[in-house]
Amino acid sequence: MRVVVDLNRCQSYGQCCYAAPTVFRFHNGESLEYNYAPEDDLDEQVLRAAKACPVQAISIGIEDEAYEALEQKVQQHG
Amino acid sequence: MANRIDEVTAPRRIVIVGASLAGLRAAETLRLEGFSGQLTLIGDEPYPPYDRPPLSKQVLSGWLPVDHITLPVQVKLDARWLLGVPAKRLDMLKRQVVLADGQTADFDYLLIATGTRARPWPDADEAALEGVCSVRNRDDASKLYKLLSQKPQRVLVVGGGFIGSEVASVCRDLGLEVTLAERGPAPLGGALGTTIGSIVAREQRKYGVDLRVNTVVTALEGNGQGRLRGAQLSDGSTVEADVAVIALGALRNVEWLFKANLSADERGVVCDTYCRALDNKGDVVENIFVAGDIARWPHPLFHYEEELLAVEHWGNAIDQAETAAHNMLNPSFDYRPHTHMPNFWSSMFGASIKSVGLPTVADQVVITQASFGMRRFTAVYGRQGKVVAAVSFNAGQMLPSYQTLVEQSAPFPPDLHASDQPQTFAPQSAGFPHAGHPKYDTGAEPNMVTP
Repeated sequence: MRVVVDLNRCQSYGQCCYAAPTVFRFHNGESLEYNYAPEDDLDEQVLRAAKACPVQAISIGIEDEAYEALEQKVQQHG
Repeated sequence: MANRIDEVTAPRRIVIVGASLAGLRAAETLRLEGFSGQLTLIGDEPYPPYDRPPLSKQVLSGWLPVDHITLPVQVKLDARWLLGVPAKRLDMLKRQVVLADGQTADFDYLLIATGTRARPWPDADEAALEGVCSVRNRDDASKLYKLLSQKPQRVLVVGGGFIGSEVASVCRDLGLEVTLAERGPAPLGGALGTTIGSIVAREQRKYGVDLRVNTVVTALEGNGQGRLRGAQLSDGSTVEADVAVIALGALRNVEWLFKANLSADERGVVCDTYCRALDNKGDVVENIFVAGDIARWPHPLFHYEEELLAVEHWGNAIDQAETAAHNMLNPSFDYRPHTHMPNFWSSMFGASIKSVGLPTVADQVVITQASFGMRRFTAVYGRQGKVVAAVSFNAGQMLPSYQTLVEQSAPFPPDLHASDQPQTFAPQSAGFPHAGHPKYDTGAEPNMVTP
């Protein structure tokens, strides 16, 4: 799964950190940090985090094989 | 989404040059709004679109591997990706983009979103020393992450804008010694002014940064075997460092357009409020649009002395790309103007910094709310008696209400009477080097040459 957060919109409510604590966290006080590519077994947690966000700042990508192939190509060719 | 594309005039081929945040968002918007023709994205890096803000933060700290910052897609793009080769030339008559390797891409509509690159260290031999790097793209960040993992004795950061300050903060988090050289009187002075910058300076020093203001690095020195050993500073001192991070701002990727008939120079590509490019006579080019860091446009709220605005921030890249893509597909009576409210965030030295509006045009600034010994505060910026921006440190939840003051050009100083208003409510000079210039300047050199 791929995720992006609009950090202009984020108001540091921290609901995502409770829902998916290994994906989202605070650093430097109120600054949200997050993993853009959480492992598959965290999908459910991340979906819950996106729903829980009071300002709806979390966007979750769709599965797009052609797009994923771009990243795989990079990794294969180093 | 309503599909408003006219069957007759609908574009069949759209080319987007620039495969980063703006390029990706434009592509997504085109598909979401019903474009079903051939979509081509051209990018000079081999990577699919990724997010840049973590490069100077979580990637360097090691919390986020560099291949974990690829941006998601919201819709099937069904696009042709030409990655790893930069665009070299635009042929407006043939409606064709020529790539550096000779490939071509024909278009009916074109979006220019080539953004910026790091301003290189001026001496090429010194820049080539092992241990010297910038932080602008994925390869830079991978390289710097490796350098920092080798536990250097000292890191020299050249330039105290946002990137330089964020890198210095990460270095301190990693327990590394850091010297930061900033040519102005305070870090972040170019973006937030010297008055707020001096608060940042105090925090940086508290965090253990060896901060040298009013100081430039005059030379980087090698050890005779191609490795960085240290640097000479303008105050006559020397610093021993095995890593130097060049953070002198950005250059716009406009060179590929210099032979085209567009209004483009080192400051960017000029477009109108509908994101349509202007030719070199100032007339609208109907089928070429511009978005993101490279665009300069007349912003209705910040259009001082006819100056155009360029905003090199995340939120603008998205908004402008979406607006440009929407306008490409719609008849002119359905055009949307790009009236984006500039905003950005940063994270450093234990502080979450957020901004709304345009601080750089301000002549005065006042602290309106403060608590915890200035660990948490909000500052409002004014220009000729009107509110133009607000910046918060660890108080981002207050910012939306301040945004309303900016949108309304409310009187400055604002009459707020917040419960945590400081006892002395005293507007001061904002301390911008060139007050009134409506362009973010991260402390880099002014624009130098015109083509």
